[in-house]
Amino acid sequence: MKNGSRQSYDGAVVTAPVTIPYVRYSQETAHWWIARALRGVLDKAGLRTGELDGFSVSSFTLFPDTPVGLTQHLGLSPRWLDSIPMGGASGVVAMRRAARAVQSGDARYVACVAGDANHIDSFRRLLSSFSRFAMDASYPYGYGGPNASFALIADAHMQQYGTTREDFARVAVAQRDNALRNPDAIMKTALTMEQFMAARPIADPLCLFDCVMPCAGAEGFLVMREDEAVRRNLPFARIAGTIERHNAFPDDPIQLRGGWAMDVDELYAMAQGSPGEIDVLETYDDYPVISMMQMEDLGFCAKGESGKFVRDHDLTISGDYPHNTSGGQLSAGQAGAAGGYLGMVEAIRQVTGEAGPTQVPDAMTAMVSGFGMINYDRGLCSAAAILRGAR
Amino acid sequence: MSEPLSRPPKKNPQLRQKVATLPPLARSRAAMGLTAAAARGSFSLQHCSECATVQYPPRDACSACLCVDLEWRETDRGGSVVAQTTIHASPDPYYRQRLPWRSGLVKLDAGPSIFCHLHGDVRRGDRISMDIKLDRAGQGVMIALPAGRMPNMEDDPQLRTLTANPRHRRVLVTDIRAPWAVPLVHELIKAGASHVFVGEAEGWRRATPHESLASLEQVSILQLDVTDANSVKKLAAGIGGKTDILINTARHVRPGGVVGGDTVFARDEMEVNAFGLMRLAQAFGPAMASRTDDGINSAAAFVNILSASAMSAEPGYGAFSASQAAAYSISQTLRGEFRASGLRVMNVFVGPTDDEWHQQMPPPKVAPQALAKAVVDGLVCGLEDVYCGDFAKDIEERWRRDAKVLERELTGGEHG
Repeated sequence: MKNGSRQSYDGAVVTAPVTIPYVRYSQETAHWWIARALRGVLDKAGLRTGELDGFSVSSFTLFPDTPVGLTQHLGLSPRWLDSIPMGGASGVVAMRRAARAVQSGDARYVACVAGDANHIDSFRRLLSSFSRFAMDASYPYGYGGPNASFALIADAHMQQYGTTREDFARVAVAQRDNALRNPDAIMKTALTMEQFMAARPIADPLCLFDCVMPCAGAEGFLVMREDEAVRRNLPFARIAGTIERHNAFPDDPIQLRGGWAMDVDELYAMAQGSPGEIDVLETYDDYPVISMMQMEDLGFCAKGESGKFVRDHDLTISGDYPHNTSGGQLSAGQAGAAGGYLGMVEAIRQVTGEAGPTQVPDAMTAMVSGFGMINYDRGLCSAAAILRGAR
Repeated sequence: MSEPLSRPPKKNPQLRQKVATLPPLARSRAAMGLTAAAARGSFSLQHCSECATVQYPPRDACSACLCVDLEWRETDRGGSVVAQTTIHASPDPYYRQRLPWRSGLVKLDAGPSIFCHLHGDVRRGDRISMDIKLDRAGQGVMIALPAGRMPNMEDDPQLRTLTANPRHRRVLVTDIRAPWAVPLVHELIKAGASHVFVGEAEGWRRATPHESLASLEQVSILQLDVTDANSVKKLAAGIGGKTDILINTARHVRPGGVVGGDTVFARDEMEVNAFGLMRLAQAFGPAMASRTDDGINSAAAFVNILSASAMSAEPGYGAFSASQAAAYSISQTLRGEFRASGLRVMNVFVGPTDDEWHQQMPPPKVAPQALAKAVVDGLVCGLEDVYCGDFAKDIEERWRRDAKVLERELTGGEHG
């Protein structure tokens, strides 16, 4: 362990996974979506708002509010408040910090919630104020948004490692298959390999089904002490290990690996586990190539061999390597920062046996991976966690 | 190889005029350094003054050592294309009209990776030469150009949006009597201008080059007196809707200072050099600004030829310097007023020109031919500020270094 040993997350657990079903466009605000998810997690645990003493929020569309304003808006008096502006890494990072707060006694119950509005034109507005480097150095160049930046990464991955569009298709088609079992998924119709390959181009080499659908929605879960979860008779998951890293490998000319590659050994060491023990893999899938990068960097296959990995495995719920079992953002939709919670919430459901129609039989161990914030030319935040069920 | 642009067909006046849109305009203050570099055709990036790390995107502190002293310095343009994409979908109205659009990621030899526009002749893996140019929003942007010259490379549609290339455009040169009017007309025709209108004041006494220019097929000589509002309006009513580039060559210059000078000369200089520019902008500006998105021969630039004395007075030409400073100031206001349309205002600063009114000045002096070439090069490169000749370049450098020292030197302080 190159950073010295970290303390374990023993004693803190995650529970009460809640998804507020997504809609493509909604006139409701982020406050509305977050309130619903918060109500959902509290109801599930039988908690009153007055009992909640920790609150962690991720949202892109709260402006001009911050989580501080939300406390008054929603009538909360937390003694521990966090704001995680890390996009696709938000779910894992929120959990890591909440777990430390609970372990140390700074908070008894932390509600972790992500939610975003999606009004007509709000995606374009969000893009235009996303980051200073994006404003200065990527949007003026064709304004393709994240599609263009990830197109370049996909282009480089294909060139460097021989990855093909068919490989991307395998990821997306399997996820659509999973989404058809998830009644809350935005995408309701099957996707074939042929449809994926024939889709209209968005930013070469990416086509329509490489991209997520921006929508409105919210996700949430609770972090509390294990004995509290037991007392409340809540199914819970333990945090076997978790990592985060920002702006890894800044000298790489283009992003072909993320921060996981720096910390993955420590992740498995903490969890005393290995890729082989993972029953369910939930990666951050803003694009199939990014999920594949996570498969490589988290040790499921060697660097550059994710194409072969997705060819050799069945990534559906009933397959040998269940991946993004709720359909992922590619098929369930990307509800802003809630997209960074989707995998976490689904992983909690999986290892607690609450996943219903998307349940992987006997799933005990899940890997959740997050990736966020394309500040300029690459995603800066990476995070991952291994969750174990306690059944 | 770029497809050569063909001459656009005549326009159908019944079709709706496209309203100009701009590419994304917002920038941080640090990123404006790219705009400043592009305006004068420099390839400058921030270099850390302590560890020399080259920074990009522009920032406020060195990403290698946290030093906050970052200097904009001329930088090696070489690099290689790491990845490429063609964008087929954009939520931005400007790019939506221009899709598909090619962008890429270039690893500069100097260090950073640069997300940039790709010239049509540039492919993944190629060696390139990076340039910073002003886009339609007037902001500096990166474009990867072929490492060597390629046929018709200026005709590349993405590059063309970043320049005011005269090719296939119609140009108005406002005063036939300027010593550089004739070489300028020839340079414009050589650069592919489809037509050159040349203004002639007091047509009852023909200007010396009238016959030779009138004999050229692409040239029309038209009545224009920039001191007469009616004359300017009348010409604008006739050709304002087909003037793509306006080059104001009208200039009145008389030697002499302020104390011993004559306000009659000073008034004449103001009438031509400052108010003449205002009259031209008022008459031609609105029509040009409405036609910046009008295809291959869209309106592109409004060009002023200014004396370097606009930056700091040359006391031997006191009243003239004042008129040049006034014209410079007016051009800055015009930049603000034309910003929303994307119409570019290019100023060409020039030192003493080799003509009768600078006869007693020592060299270096700028030959009319050299000035003409600088104007056309500036348009082809898409510059905003051109410093033509060693004298103007020297004044600009000294002005940027310390305007007060320059003033003291120009007003009678020889080096000791």
